[in-house]
Amino acid sequence: MDNTTTHSGALSLKQEVEQAVGVEVQTCYQCGKCTAGCPLNEEMDLMPNQILRMLQSEYPGYENEILSSTSIWLCLACDTCYSRCPQEVKLPQVMDFLRQESIRRKLVNPKAKNILQFHKAFLAEVERNGKLNELGLTIDYKLHSLNLFQDLQKAPSMLFKGKLGLIPHKVQNTAEIKKLFKKIKG
Amino acid sequence: MRVGYYPGCSLQGSGREYSESLFAVAEKCGIVLEEINDWNCCGASAAHTLNHDLSVALPARTLALAEKQGLEQILVPCAACFSRLATAQQELVSSEAMKTKISDYLEMPVQGSARILTVFEFLQEHIFPVADQYIVNKLNHKTACYYGCLLSRPKDLTRLERPEDPMEMEAVMEKAGAEPIDWAFKTECCGAGLSVSRTDIVAKLSAKIVEDAVSRGAESIVVACPMCQMNLDLRRKEINKQMDQGSDIPVMFVTQALGLSMGISADKLGLNRHFVSTGKVVSCVGRKEV
Repeated sequence: MDNTTTHSGALSLKQEVEQAVGVEVQTCYQCGKCTAGCPLNEEMDLMPNQILRMLQSEYPGYENEILSSTSIWLCLACDTCYSRCPQEVKLPQVMDFLRQESIRRKLVNPKAKNILQFHKAFLAEVERNGKLNELGLTIDYKLHSLNLFQDLQKAPSMLFKGKLGLIPHKVQNTAEIKKLFKKIKG
Repeated sequence: MRVGYYPGCSLQGSGREYSESLFAVAEKCGIVLEEINDWNCCGASAAHTLNHDLSVALPARTLALAEKQGLEQILVPCAACFSRLATAQQELVSSEAMKTKISDYLEMPVQGSARILTVFEFLQEHIFPVADQYIVNKLNHKTACYYGCLLSRPKDLTRLERPEDPMEMEAVMEKAGAEPIDWAFKTECCGAGLSVSRTDIVAKLSAKIVEDAVSRGAESIVVACPMCQMNLDLRRKEINKQMDQGSDIPVMFVTQALGLSMGISADKLGLNRHFVSTGKVVSCVGRKEV
């Protein structure tokens, strides 16, 4: 199938998914259980079973359509689809791969930018301290998403109830974690 | 048997009453929990969303440290941390290549050999055998045991007998003298990690959970995941807007409930840290101070 590859020599998205996740998308017989059980099906622009069908058929333009969808970002990795799949297709892992590929190809849907920003702020906080501090995460996310006032009224009562620490928890040697991140992220 | 302990970040912050009540119960039963020295964040949803290797390496560092400490069992009470540690362990054990790659990243050996316990396994194996002699109160009320996602699924990690309708938490609540109800949303998702970036979705999903519990007569919701607790409790104002009639049903950790039945004070169990008052449940117990 000549139309499966994006450019000569490169793997198609379907092939990449199969290689990275270790699934065979053809095993899906479109029973639709994944979509029926998905808690976010009402919010999604592409249904989970539809994404698998697009990977199976590889019609022209399917790669960009999947990678620029909001569905791949809304997936909560709740594992309901995988648990109920008669063919045990690891859909949550497929979604993880599609998100990473969507970032790599710069196709992230603008509506998903806050979700992506939250994940980035989360990892940045872990990279700084080795542990997640909710205050650091919140500040980082607010600055980058410009949602400065969201949840602001919750902060004082969280502090009062002892749920929001002002002094960040850290691993003993934060340089060790920074080095680990650098090695993996390159 | 030594029991290792991985608190994870939530249990030091917004979910600290989970850790406080767990320690109070363990102390009462004479069980010592040994924290893994210098543990780090599991990476949560962010790591597996953004970088697969990082999602294995972060939990693997903690597993390597636990091995160094000679811990053969690790209790991971947080559902999300449990899922990340157990997933990383599965990847390490099933692939020598992955093990080598991650050990190289970490610059220390990692086998993934320790047994990782869910909070239910810990309670069944370490607390249940001695619990009866410490239980002094009955939590006389109807309760909805809410598991959410990552304590139920996938079943090869959670090892639940009935992943669609688990009963492990019900067993704890029955021991505590409460009456668990039969309901439909016990393993549905609360919206988890979208709490901040898409609060609207979390409110919608969590409202269905609260509504079903309340409509079936539950007077409390019991959880074992700090994300579930935070979404159902801290987000109640947003949740109530999604419901025809708002609800003030309290959301406690399973360890807080068990602690109450053991006569441990509400204060020590962190029951004052909630946003929706837990007073109703506390007052329905013929409570004796320790």
